[in-house]
Amino acid sequence: MDETTRSSAVRDGLGVGIAVGLAGLAFGAAAATAGLTVAQACALSVFAFTGASQFALVGVVAGGGSLVAGTAGALLLGARNGLYGLRMADLLGVRGWRRLPVAHGVIDETTAVSLAQPDARAARTGFFVTFATLYLTWNATTLLGAAGVSRLADPDVLGLDAVGPATFLAILWPRLTGGGPDVRTLRLIAGGGAAAALATTPFTPPGVPVLIAAAAVLAVVLRRPA
Amino acid sequence: MSGTGLWWAVVATCAGCYVLKLAGLSAPRRVLDHPRVQRFAALVPVALLAALVAVQTFAQGRALHFDLPRTAGLGAAVVALLLRAPFLVVLAAAAVVTAVLRHLLA
Repeated sequence: MDETTRSSAVRDGLGVGIAVGLAGLAFGAAAATAGLTVAQACALSVFAFTGASQFALVGVVAGGGSLVAGTAGALLLGARNGLYGLRMADLLGVRGWRRLPVAHGVIDETTAVSLAQPDARAARTGFFVTFATLYLTWNATTLLGAAGVSRLADPDVLGLDAVGPATFLAILWPRLTGGGPDVRTLRLIAGGGAAAALATTPFTPPGVPVLIAAAAVLAVVLRRPA
Repeated sequence: MSGTGLWWAVVATCAGCYVLKLAGLSAPRRVLDHPRVQRFAALVPVALLAALVAVQTFAQGRALHFDLPRTAGLGAAVVALLLRAPFLVVLAAAAVVTAVLRHLLA
């Protein structure tokens, strides 16, 4: 691997790791706003370390929803990391006990940076640089965000309640605006999922409408195999 | 909400998310090649994320609820995304617009 490829992988990893890692401020703030303790917010960032799932659990807690439904929603979102792992296994080439620490880093951002690299060694460099940078930044900013907000009387004054949905929208956006052949289907699924969730909100405990949206997709997938 | 219950949810989420990551890295290759697994993998996050955006913007517990500052904040996020702003700018736009409108309307 030449040095340019390597340094460009390092640069990508540092850039994504720091930029996305700073959003840990928003997560820490959202968690504290929802009523989690600083320790609970930090535990999620240290051990779950997957932003969308963390925000999903905290969002259900904030809405006064059922913890079982909140956890189920978080795990359903976490399932996509398993699917990234399927793709990353060959590329990372880790065996035996080494899989245990490496697995923790298989998330949206590390997979995206890794798959964007031109060759396998740069892909591994990109993965590990992103993982390390994002892990450190995300955990430090979670602590800052949670500790900062738990001192505020009313966090809604800072508009932090809009940050959760904005985060999900930003993660979703590239999938709906990409040029893939599936983009029409994806937009339909997104519209259908949002509509199903809102339509069932008055009749089910908070957290459940999001699961209903996922179940609706499962039904579509099973009826129309690719 | 009981603190202990919340801790259980935190622990279950942490353990479950880790196990899912590890399962993916350790699974036999043929699982990935199954077309329904691939399709499910592409579609489920889209439905979940869209549902989360809708619910966290327009639901308050079991009630549908229109909050003008929060909705405008999400609108600002859309504008930022259309302008290809970086991730953090998108989040900041949502928070700032929501906070300013809430302050003006209060």
